Amino acid sequence: MRNISEAIKRFDFDEKIEGRAQYAADLKDRQMLYVKTLRSEKARAKIMSIKYPPLSPGYFIVDYRDIPGENRLPLVFEDQPFLAVDRVNYIGEPILLVVGPVKKKILAIMQEIRVDYQELTPILNIAEARQRQEDFIFEGKSCFVEYEYEKGDITEVKKKAWRVVEDEFRTGYQEQAYLETQAIVAAVEDQRITVCGSIQCPYYIKEALRQALGWPEERIRVKQLPTGGGFGGKEEFPSLVAVHAALAALKAHKPVQLVYDRQEDISCSTKRHPAVIRLKSYLDDRQRITGREIEVMTDAGAYAGLSSVVLQRMIFSVGGVYNIENLKIRGQAYATNNVVSGAFRGFGGPQAFFAMEMHMENIARALHMEALALKRGYFLRKGDTSTTGGKLQSDIKLAEIVEKIDKISGYSRKRRDYDAADGGFRGIGCSVFFHGCGFTGSGEQEIIKPKVRLRKYRDNTVQICVSSSEIGQGCLTTLRKIVAQVLEIPVEQVQYDYPDSDICPDSGPTVASRTVMIVGKLLYDCARKVKARWQEGEFTVDQAYVYPGHLQWDNEHFRGNAYPEYSWGANVVEVAVDPLTYEVKVLGTWAVYDIGTPIDEKIVKGQIDGGMAQGLGYGCLEVLESHGGRLRQNNFTNYAIPTAVDFPATESGLIDNPYEYGPFGARGLGELSLVGAAPALAAAVQQAIGRRVRQIPLTPEYIMELMDDED
Amino acid sequence: MKIKLSFRLNGESITLATEPLKRLLDLLRDQLELTGTKEGCGEGECGACAVLIDDRLMNACLVPAAVLEGKNIITIEGYRTTAQFKILKSCFEKAGAVQCGFCTPGMLLAAEALLRQKPKPTAEEVRAGLAGNLCRCTGYNMIVEAVLLAAKEGEGLWSTPVGL
Repeated sequence: MRNISEAIKRFDFDEKIEGRAQYAADLKDRQMLYVKTLRSEKARAKIMSIKYPPLSPGYFIVDYRDIPGENRLPLVFEDQPFLAVDRVNYIGEPILLVVGPVKKKILAIMQEIRVDYQELTPILNIAEARQRQEDFIFEGKSCFVEYEYEKGDITEVKKKAWRVVEDEFRTGYQEQAYLETQAIVAAVEDQRITVCGSIQCPYYIKEALRQALGWPEERIRVKQLPTGGGFGGKEEFPSLVAVHAALAALKAHKPVQLVYDRQEDISCSTKRHPAVIRLKSYLDDRQRITGREIEVMTDAGAYAGLSSVVLQRMIFSVGGVYNIENLKIRGQAYATNNVVSGAFRGFGGPQAFFAMEMHMENIARALHMEALALKRGYFLRKGDTSTTGGKLQSDIKLAEIVEKIDKISGYSRKRRDYDAADGGFRGIGCSVFFHGCGFTGSGEQEIIKPKVRLRKYRDNTVQICVSSSEIGQGCLTTLRKIVAQVLEIPVEQVQYDYPDSDICPDSGPTVASRTVMIVGKLLYDCARKVKARWQEGEFTVDQAYVYPGHLQWDNEHFRGNAYPEYSWGANVVEVAVDPLTYEVKVLGTWAVYDIGTPIDEKIVKGQIDGGMAQGLGYGCLEVLESHGGRLRQNNFTNYAIPTAVDFPATESGLIDNPYEYGPFGARGLGELSLVGAAPALAAAVQQAIGRRVRQIPLTPEYIMELMDDED
Repeated sequence: MKIKLSFRLNGESITLATEPLKRLLDLLRDQLELTGTKEGCGEGECGACAVLIDDRLMNACLVPAAVLEGKNIITIEGYRTTAQFKILKSCFEKAGAVQCGFCTPGMLLAAEALLRQKPKPTAEEVRAGLAGNLCRCTGYNMIVEAVLLAAKEGEGLWSTPVGL
């Protein structure tokens, strides 16, 4: 039997390398019409009137009056319209669509449309939202959601505190910057609509179409096409694009293609939440950390989107990998007139771990200790409880992880040497972190209810029917490997195509580092049933998710197991800061992870390397700022993502620690690899410049400000 | 107004009529239905639309049709028939250099241009050679490995014409 970790050739490799993979923009049909979206130019305004030019035959305008069903995007809160009715809440909010056969002519029509606005005073950032007493944009309050939970007895700890260490950190926006922009193709035929495109979550789109069209689900088909990257940016946002394309196809009675250009994509798609995080740690007379109070604030933008869930992950992650018995943790997601913040790889984790890891650095400095030495003293272990009081039931090998990373990176020695040299504009930092795999709390059971299906054919081939989408992360290959391994058949005998809602049950969205661990495990269990009936010829087996008996979750009080399981990791980043230009040069990056059993070592390495680069970009390159509600950066010239020359190769390793409930022992990985890069980098820069780093990204301009400060 | 143009595309002589300012990218994708060349940004920053024009790596989104007269253009559709592609393909597979695939055609042509100029590049030279091609998935390391491997396994190949 083959070792499942051994790399095999990706099933999508040939068509991608040969340039044959057909992405949404590559689909050509002589009938096909183009669609452009007319968007709000105002951060907050009433729409007083819209003047339309006369249209040539074959051209159409689609606005909210063309929505046969409900004009509300079905997400956690249904506050966002598919197309604006009489008011707009952010620059870039879709108002109407122009549809027709010639792109140039569509643009000319858009030029002639006059939207008459009456401007209202916008809420432009977290600070403004906090100050505002009235005239809110969401249900008469400043936040979409506000959470608070406690562990132990923080009041008692505060009374006995001998010392307090306080910090405030800020993080900026980040754009997913998938190389393929948002792209959807829609067509109506025989009373059915088919929507195909660049998406992570076919069933989110199906639900959005059901709501917008008011059609029964049998009349709706959603198919994923080869997708040029997602990173969360194709989780909830494409539901909007898909509904727009569907409305256009319905009105024009022709297939349509809706492809964003880069500027449009960056300007109006969802982003990583900017955050302000305040932490206060209480120490007793023996210099032990006895409790913490933490407050997390995010700029959620104009509509609620997934901000509640992102905030939950943020407040469940911000305690870090440490066992602190007494905690009070609060979080607020503020409603502002900025672009909507949403899903992005890490989903609240990157902000949380940046803040906690830097806070631990600062506590260590205050105690004249080395940071990693301080951290080691508080590492979570099997049998401890998480910040929400959930018992951690798997082996936690943090000690082994940091020992390994110390060995491969030389962290301890370099840290000492750089300290002895008083920085000298060189530094090294180490972050330790986790990522909760799967949906928050009992969401897998309560919200998602995932199902998978295997179809066995007479020729002994087996077809995987799941809604998990291939977005570059390799699931067309890894899920096949899992099924083939259980069935003990060659992997080529397992079929698995891009998901099609006509064929695949809803196995949940392709998010939350859940595809291998949750969907993979369902397939594993399903395949065992198939194996038991192997001689039967042709048959189908379904497998539904059952919430494991060893877990429990109280979603009202945030008590219990906040995630089904965790993956763990440590990153080390070594930097040199240019003493004249203050540019950060990354000299080395190291990563060690416990992801249980790797399902394909090459695919795993790809996730590790890619996450590290995206995380380092978040930490020092990717500046995205809103001014007056408008994003200042809107293309790849002014929004700089890492190129091949920006960072050196990552040296990485894995810890052997199979997870009892994962397929062949696998846990989640996709997001974990982004989470720890920025804090390791920031700790390194802090050592290099001998100044407190309080925000990311660490641009030369920000470092110059710090150097000019006389503290 | 349309102009008549003649050039070589993937080894074949082509004559067509087109607007002089039409982007080569649109000419390829819309008029010639060669969709292997991708649009990632439309302003020459990402390299997803990179093609070879007279052996030089160019972003097809920045090249107007009018300058193509008499040129020799190679896109992924032609390049995939060559011996050089075969080596790069095998090395990209070995190194695990493909994820979402959207940057891949442009990346391959960038690798071709680089290896033609520097048949035995160092890792730094490979990185510099690929710096005009953005990839958001891989962090580039496995692509760099693939190109270094191709330089070794395809030694001598990059001093011979691509045969198109």
